[in-house]
Amino acid sequence: MTMELTCINCPMGCELTVETENGEVVSVSGNTCKRGEIYAHSEITAPTRTVTTTVISAEGRPVPVKTAQPIPKDKIFECTAAIKSAVIHLPVKVGDVVIDDLLGTGSQVTVTKSVG
Amino acid sequence: MREFDLVIVGGGPAGMAAAVSAKEHGLENIVILERDSELGGILNQCIHNGFGLHTFKEELTGPEYAERYAVKVREMGIPVETDTMVLDISADRVVTILNRGRGVEEIKAKSVILAMGCRERPRGALNIPGYRPQGVYTAGTAQKLVNCEGYVPGKEVVILGSGDIGLIMARRMSLEGAHVAAVAELMPYSSGLKRNIVQCLDDYGIPLLLSHTVVDIKGKEKLEGVVIAQVDEKNAPIAGTEQFYPCDTLLLSCGLIPENELSKNCGVEIDPRTNGPVVDEGLETSIDGVFACGNVLHVHDLVDFVSEEAARAGESAAAFVKRGCTADDTAAIKVIPQNGVRYTVPAQIHTADLLGDVHIRFRVTGVFKNCEIVIKAGETELLRRKSRILVPSEMLDIIIKKDRLAGVSEDITAAIEEV
Amino acid sequence: MYDVIIIGGGVTGCAAAAELAKYRLSVCLVEKESDVCEGTSKANSAIVHAGFDAEPGTLKAKLNVRGNAMMAELSQKLDFAFRNNGAMVLCFEDSQLSDLEKLKEKGEKNGVPDLTIISGDKARALEPKLSAEVKYALLAPTSGIVCPFEMTLAFAENAYANGVEFRLSTEVTGIEKSADGWCVKTDKGEILGSYVFNCAGVYADKIAEMAGIRDFSITPRKGEYMLMDKDAGGTVSRTIFQLPTKMGKGVLVTPTVHGNLLVGPTAENIDDKENTATTSQGLAEVRSKSALSVDGLPFNKVITSFTGLRAVGDTHDFIIGEAADGFFNAAGIESPGLTSAPAIAEMLRELLSKKTDLVPKDGHIDTRKGVVHFAALSREEQNALIAREPAYGNIVCRCETVTEGEILDAISRPLGATTLDGVKRRTRAGMGRCQAGFCSPKTILLLKEKLGCGIGDIRKNGREEVKDDA
Repeated sequence: MTMELTCINCPMGCELTVETENGEVVSVSGNTCKRGEIYAHSEITAPTRTVTTTVISAEGRPVPVKTAQPIPKDKIFECTAAIKSAVIHLPVKVGDVVIDDLLGTGSQVTVTKSVG
Repeated sequence: MREFDLVIVGGGPAGMAAAVSAKEHGLENIVILERDSELGGILNQCIHNGFGLHTFKEELTGPEYAERYAVKVREMGIPVETDTMVLDISADRVVTILNRGRGVEEIKAKSVILAMGCRERPRGALNIPGYRPQGVYTAGTAQKLVNCEGYVPGKEVVILGSGDIGLIMARRMSLEGAHVAAVAELMPYSSGLKRNIVQCLDDYGIPLLLSHTVVDIKGKEKLEGVVIAQVDEKNAPIAGTEQFYPCDTLLLSCGLIPENELSKNCGVEIDPRTNGPVVDEGLETSIDGVFACGNVLHVHDLVDFVSEEAARAGESAAAFVKRGCTADDTAAIKVIPQNGVRYTVPAQIHTADLLGDVHIRFRVTGVFKNCEIVIKAGETELLRRKSRILVPSEMLDIIIKKDRLAGVSEDITAAIEEV
Repeated sequence: MYDVIIIGGGVTGCAAAAELAKYRLSVCLVEKESDVCEGTSKANSAIVHAGFDAEPGTLKAKLNVRGNAMMAELSQKLDFAFRNNGAMVLCFEDSQLSDLEKLKEKGEKNGVPDLTIISGDKARALEPKLSAEVKYALLAPTSGIVCPFEMTLAFAENAYANGVEFRLSTEVTGIEKSADGWCVKTDKGEILGSYVFNCAGVYADKIAEMAGIRDFSITPRKGEYMLMDKDAGGTVSRTIFQLPTKMGKGVLVTPTVHGNLLVGPTAENIDDKENTATTSQGLAEVRSKSALSVDGLPFNKVITSFTGLRAVGDTHDFIIGEAADGFFNAAGIESPGLTSAPAIAEMLRELLSKKTDLVPKDGHIDTRKGVVHFAALSREEQNALIAREPAYGNIVCRCETVTEGEILDAISRPLGATTLDGVKRRTRAGMGRCQAGFCSPKTILLLKEKLGCGIGDIRKNGREEVKDDA
């Protein structure tokens, strides 16, 4: 089977052509770098995304955060809800860990802006 | 009157990178003037990831990218005056500034870097008919409300325009529990990056309606819905294709306009194609010692390109201050956009006086497939590069080696040739 | 029990309130919206007409010329922006010269001073951007431009300072004759008054009907406009009208008192008194008609478009008078209503004086100070202001250079702003080229803090919301 994907690793957005057999990637073309190939493999077998959102601190100010590692794409909403319910007290610094293992995904959630 | 070697107007990514570079190139007496209460500019509200792959070789969010530069600025001891608005810049580089503590003050600058960024095209400039209810926001305003104030303006959303901020906000509003019914785009192609269409629209099942626009806004006090219609090849709505979308929020992502009111008042020549200053290869405007970089010069899609451009502006400003004068403009050659090229930055090059390799940045006028970018000096080809696809949403950056340009006296042309 | 209840917080009602406040009267003004200046008064051409348009002998003619003569002094005393920029009426055919002459005669009969007819070339010498098609022009030097928001607010605030009570967000639902006057029923309870002034704009016929008066009707006439960036403000210096052409009634091109360029309006009679939507046809008409007058109008510099509704009566004149015992109409106040407002107020006071003795009030304040306009001050004044109140050193609206100090004043002054549009009309924050893109989050926070509510409670305009428990 042939699939067309757009690589989302960087703003170039390479148009990838992926050949698969029985759900396994056989070949990837159209990528300009190695990351395109890795993306194609993961997108076919286990797609992941980085989630960025805000957590409202106990003091009432929004603190931007991200998943330090990508999480499974089908868990975006679940993970976002879990992140939203985290409790943060100001001040925070970039890189502070808000959640250590997000819903068992193995991803940390970290602060992306020093606030307070 | 306080005096500075370099006054930088704006502490966003352009202003910070320009400051760092100017300092690295030997300028000591620098000040960054920032109207907000912290450095970072619009990056502070761009909490999504995707920044910094070129500059830092890793993927950062907007605030992280901003903080890296803000830390550099601090560590290098570059003075920053926040909560400070520049009211006026004179042609002889007297800068009038306003601040709570100091009141209105004039400062003297040996050189100035314009780094004020851009603004969003508002609803009024789009001539969308209908009522003017609450619930219509530019995407960036909504982004500020959601990410910096923690306030989500609505539950049922339609987005007009597929600029990157609009796409990013489609995802952001979805994550905040809103339903995004559609993104309508007037043109037959998106004006946003492809990766954003995949991860902001496709991931969330949000339809992108190309060649569609909003033709009516309903609801007198509060937005009740919009009418979307398909448009023909002249962008005129096609009768009979109208469809009503109930919504409480309409976000507009219909283009960015460099904010050059200060530049215009200063007498800086503006290029009507970019709405930014006309500059040379060192990013110097038509006013001696006044430089421009970042989105005030031309709208970028990558902050990494902004930082790189701003660094060159900082280097040029440092060279200008050291030399005490500007290169001779009569010796400059022009850079002329031709077939398929909408504009170029720079518009002129001093080939006898180059600090380094020359970047020619431009956008194309439409979608080109299997084509070549061709840069010539007179009839001499300086560069020819194949491309599978070129789209107007992506700024192109062509680097011409310094030695290829040295001594060139004929005007340079940039064009797209279809193969 | 009030002496007078004024229904309607537009320019007519507010001018009447300011006028009556000079006397020992208890006055209450009732307005259905949460702010004054929310209807016809906020969306019009903002012209102080010279007075050549109205038929001689009509109230429109008389009150226009009187209002025009009052405007300069009023704008000084009550601190609102007014400029006597002059006007021209253009014709595009030689054969229309006679129409222009008739207009001049009409103006002279109405008492308009200094009208002259000039050639197209002379007109272009005065206004270089005028089209080559202009054959003749009527020059009217007494015409002017005004800020209709400031003017209405100035009357309202002056009335308030002199004791008039304002009941905002209060909608009149019925009017009954009572033993000693009138009972005005509203969604917030009954208000009793000896006299009622009906200044209800497009709803004046409905209000009159409630009092049993059915001898006129008001048709909203839609006018669509486009407002351009200050970059384009210098396109013309005078207000440029057109004689009617084959395409129908003309549109005007005028600078605004704050330096923008305004073009419009269309003129379309409609039924819906709330229909302030713009249409693509209307805006296209404004574009094509205005292009007849002025070459190269920069339509790429349009920053907003809007629709106003003129309150057109079926008598072709203002309807001003006592319609029932102690019930006075000021209805059908279409153009030149803004210009005429202070003269209408005088006339209403005159009518009232025939019913009751009016005794001047001691200690009446005849001046009012508006929100300071930081950008218009001298350097010394700016610094003195910041030294006194540092909030004036913080710019909130970068396009119009509006400071935090101005916005805080607009919110906390009497009859202060409670909405984004209210702040905009008082300070111009959000009125500029980015159309509040950058300043609205900041203005929202200032409103939230001052009004002590949540961000979600801050409205753009309109009535206060009755909160559902949901």
